[in-house]
Amino acid sequence: METSFALTGKGYVIVAADTTAARSIVKMKVDEDKIKEISPHLLMAYSGEPGDTVQFAEFVERNIRLYQIRNLYPLRPSAAASWIRRSLADSLRSRSPYSVNLLVGGYDTATHEPKLYWIDYLGTQVDVPFGAHGYGSYFALSLLDRYHDPEASLEEGLATLKRCVDEVAKRLVVSPGRYKVKVVDKDGVREVEI
Amino acid sequence: MARRYDSRTTIFSPEGRLYQIEYAMEAISHAGTVLGVLAKDGVVLAAEKKVTGKLLDLSGEGGYGGSGEKIFLLNSNVIGGVAGLTSDANSLVNYARTAAQQHLLSYNEDIPVELLAQRLCDMKQGYTQYGGLRPFGVSLLYAGYDPHYQFQLYHSDPSGNYSGWKATCIGANNGTAQSLLKQEYKDDILVKDAIALVLKVMSKTMDSTTLGSEKLEFAVLTLDESTKQPKAKIYKPSEIDALLRAEGLAKTDGDTEMKSA
Repeated sequence: METSFALTGKGYVIVAADTTAARSIVKMKVDEDKIKEISPHLLMAYSGEPGDTVQFAEFVERNIRLYQIRNLYPLRPSAAASWIRRSLADSLRSRSPYSVNLLVGGYDTATHEPKLYWIDYLGTQVDVPFGAHGYGSYFALSLLDRYHDPEASLEEGLATLKRCVDEVAKRLVVSPGRYKVKVVDKDGVREVEI
Repeated sequence: MARRYDSRTTIFSPEGRLYQIEYAMEAISHAGTVLGVLAKDGVVLAAEKKVTGKLLDLSGEGGYGGSGEKIFLLNSNVIGGVAGLTSDANSLVNYARTAAQQHLLSYNEDIPVELLAQRLCDMKQGYTQYGGLRPFGVSLLYAGYDPHYQFQLYHSDPSGNYSGWKATCIGANNGTAQSLLKQEYKDDILVKDAIALVLKVMSKTMDSTTLGSEKLEFAVLTLDESTKQPKAKIYKPSEIDALLRAEGLAKTDGDTEMKSA
């Protein structure tokens, strides 16, 4: 089942999401990218109702891009997350709400800090050191609680992420096979292998 | 029909000019002087109050969180100084505050200074294009701080143009003030020296020989030492007099003008 993790470290945020696209009990695809690079220093992992997720992620991506074109600098992670939260909260109170859960991770180039926000389809937004969505979160959060270190290097951060991925693979009945992992730091966004 | 192209803002003259906009700018060059200086660690604004009669009651601290008729707090990170028609200015100040709050509601952050200037300029520009309405007879100085570009000073005019400055002046005698600023401004000036510079230029450009709180408004935007958040200070009349005494620019006791408060 759909699972996404994210954790902060010293000057970076790691965002990971499984790559399966499923319909009912069938795996339709195993290399789906569910992490959008919405600005040079901002990542967004999305999960939830298929269709809603892509539609909402593209809506966010285009709007954040528009702000950047108009103002020459991109929105800061906190401002972007607040705007996304508001979009979801407005959507929830409309006739057809989006049911999308998000992990928004970014590097604030103004304060030189990594930031991570946990957002759900009800418009809940929390500024967190680590977070997870989906069935995997039931196993991963306790591990992250034990092993997360905000001062950890990227290697240590990826090792903690590996623990989460392995635990989910071991314990979850319908665990996803592969994950896509992206990192954002002062140099921008890049994909890494675990 | 010499005035054929004067009466409507939206009609170009044969030379390609918009007279109403130029008249609006002319009106501002008779208004009280407003002066801004950008320093390394803050921004300083000063304004000359034009209307002073002996019977005008200046005992109150004024509305809008300051001594106020020319300097206003637009948002917690932006101070505005206005020159021109006061009533037009009030309406623009109200609009600016609404725009700043709308940004806060959407993005949960203080509005970036340039974005606030843009919001007002979009509105001002509209009045140079849509028919039947006159433009705002107001120029503004925005002294602000945001994490993108730190301290900033902007100026906007009735046509909807805006520009960023290190030191600038609007209103009466702005030419004299600007050439004085050009001579005296140093790139790495600190707030302490910027305050002295602003008061010095102000004392030279204002009509009256002595400075006092009944003629002067004053504000400084700095960063709070502990919180690192922008701290806007609009001086109260008593604080302005204390500042002038400290700078050695206050009037002597022999002065016959009525004291405030």
